[in-house]
Amino acid sequence: MEHYLLLLIGTVFVNNIVMSKILGLCPFMGVSKKLETSISMGLATTFVLTLASGTSYLINEYLLGTDLFYLRTLSFIVVIAGIVQFTEMFIHKTSPVLYQVLGIYLPLITTNCAVLGIPLLNAQAQHNFVESLLFGAGGAIGFSMVLVLFAGIRERMEAADVPKVFQGTSIAMITAGLMSLAFMGFSGLVKI
Amino acid sequence: MLTAILVMAGIAVAVGAVLGFAALRYKVEGDPLVEKIDAILPQTQCGQCGFPGCRPYAEAIAKGEADINLCPPGGEEGVKKLAELLGVEPKPLDESHGVQKPKSVAFIDESLCIGCTLCIQACPVDAILGAAKQMHTIIAAECTGCELCVAPCPVDCISMVPLKEDVGNWKWKYPVFKLKQVA
Repeated sequence: MEHYLLLLIGTVFVNNIVMSKILGLCPFMGVSKKLETSISMGLATTFVLTLASGTSYLINEYLLGTDLFYLRTLSFIVVIAGIVQFTEMFIHKTSPVLYQVLGIYLPLITTNCAVLGIPLLNAQAQHNFVESLLFGAGGAIGFSMVLVLFAGIRERMEAADVPKVFQGTSIAMITAGLMSLAFMGFSGLVKI
Repeated sequence: MLTAILVMAGIAVAVGAVLGFAALRYKVEGDPLVEKIDAILPQTQCGQCGFPGCRPYAEAIAKGEADINLCPPGGEEGVKKLAELLGVEPKPLDESHGVQKPKSVAFIDESLCIGCTLCIQACPVDAILGAAKQMHTIIAAECTGCELCVAPCPVDCISMVPLKEDVGNWKWKYPVFKLKQVA
């Protein structure tokens, strides 16, 4: 039990998918201009990522095995795209409100490298099913947390007096770098 | 090699089957509210509300982006029906978007028409028949009376003719009850 908790905390803070693995930077930069959209994006990603890591574990374990390991990337992409599409249809039917909230961000997740990265890392680290799920959920929570934090900072930054050459994306990049430095402070918190 | 192909094909077929099933099982038919609002709007496609047609206006109302009193052809009656459907207080028609006129159709004075096709381009419902340098005419049954063709005509040969009551469009009048004050 303790091992699982440590794994979760470790993926959220120490091995944060954006801040220490530098994956999923495109939505991190693209969808962090407003707080509300970043929350929606975080929700959608959490949902898909947890599902995707579970499914891809099953595929990797029971379909690919050790002989066909070179098919991992290819098959994971297919499955993730399928899951995203299915989720979109399901949510559209069952919860129009949630569909409205997630909106365009749901299909965008298909091309999110963090969503492909986590199942691949799972396979590499030879996690079991529960570990895979936790790793997926933890990565997604970490991603959402960082995204929301960053969106908050960027909203404040709108009002800041930034030198002209640094305005826009460049100051966002610098801020992301500083945040990443700050997250290095978590290293050593959990040993896995 | 063969196993790899089979595995990938299997995954593709499975994902495809699930998606195909989901597409049928979780089919969503447009926004029902938009359909209902659109059914109340008069379908003149005149654009007086500031939206490019009745359906976009209906979508805007459904999203809460537009007020319900912007449709002059629908008149007070239309506003009342919309208010009833949406459960809000009816309000008077917004006069800044135009005033309600009796239902009429456009009429082209064919002896004046020079065949410039400007009115054809303006017509939102394709109710004007004609070609370049040929005289144009209005298909009265298709005309919604939106008046969009009147302004572009360079020779002012289009006029709006109020519809006369005939067997085709006569409608039983709503009964009017005289209420007597009792006490």
